[in-house]
Amino acid sequence: MNPTTVWIAIGLTVVGCYLVKLLGLLVPAETLERPVVRRLAALMPVALLAALTAQQTFSAQGSLVIDARAAGVAAAAVALVLRAPFLVVVGAAVAVTAGVRALGG
Amino acid sequence: MAEQTAPPVIREQPGPAKPDAAVVRDALGVGVAVGLSGFAFGVTAAGSGLSLLQTCALSLLVFTGASQFALVGALAAGGNPFTAAAGAFFLGTRNAFYGLRLSQLLALPRAVRPFAAHWVIDETTAVALAQPTRRAVRLGFTVTGLTLYVLWNLTTLLGALGAEAIGDTAAWGLDAAGPAVFLALLAPMLRTTTERATAGIAVLLGLGLLPVLPAGVPVLVAALAAPAVLWAQGRRAAAREKREDAR
Repeated sequence: MNPTTVWIAIGLTVVGCYLVKLLGLLVPAETLERPVVRRLAALMPVALLAALTAQQTFSAQGSLVIDARAAGVAAAAVALVLRAPFLVVVGAAVAVTAGVRALGG
Repeated sequence: MAEQTAPPVIREQPGPAKPDAAVVRDALGVGVAVGLSGFAFGVTAAGSGLSLLQTCALSLLVFTGASQFALVGALAAGGNPFTAAAGAFFLGTRNAFYGLRLSQLLALPRAVRPFAAHWVIDETTAVALAQPTRRAVRLGFTVTGLTLYVLWNLTTLLGALGAEAIGDTAAWGLDAAGPAVFLALLAPMLRTTTERATAGIAVLLGLGLLPVLPAGVPVLVAALAAPAVLWAQGRRAAAREKREDAR
């Protein structure tokens, strides 16, 4: 990865993420209280996280693949259904992915 | 790093006082559990090719987990810096709504707000909003923020160093940590049909467009699932009203 590219991305993210945090503390409450704005703000992370989860599970160098990560993320899903703590969920994904790779998957 | 999606309603009446020790205990519980997952971020970032300095800069200066993971994932996938940052930014916008709630509950002097803003995230909001009095809100916010900030950065550093030491992080299954974190953040949000429909459409868009659009762009297009579902919902509600009026 080109370090300059990465630093530009980091700089933009730092500024953007900080400004939205500050915005909430500074603006009068009514400004962002419109129901449609609130609904959208609650729903946007759902769409982004769902797309990111799917992509990071099933993509490699810009194409769709099914590999050991799919098994790992499936294990994480099972852990979530069983209401396991956050760290156990992540640990399950890592362990199962490593296990499947070790078995040649 | 997401205890809740929709910003909760502010209680009008302050409840009875809560002992400081109980507030601190709640705050430490959340701060320690989530702070330790900075390890997963450090490993993921370093495994994706970010330098130690870049990885630590993200945790120190961005300090909102989902955005950090999203940025690293998009960069690793070959996205350009602008689309990668845009995804991270959109994930961070929910913090503005947390700030709206917290600004009333914390009632901080204006000079302190720029500093407090850095700690406005899912966990500090969840702990602060659960407290009955202003004193407890401020204590809960501060203890959660401090614990999480210190641990998140410390474990990021350790994770990044560990990833550099072990070399091929994929062999250890560590490339599954990122998507598992996203799934853990997403799961509690999928409460109603609206959320599930949005997630489903976003997955289809994200995967379907992946082979045809440049890296980073499909995720941003997938974010449009949110306004699309809200729009469809509004249309259906309007149609139902019309039918009922006609009756």
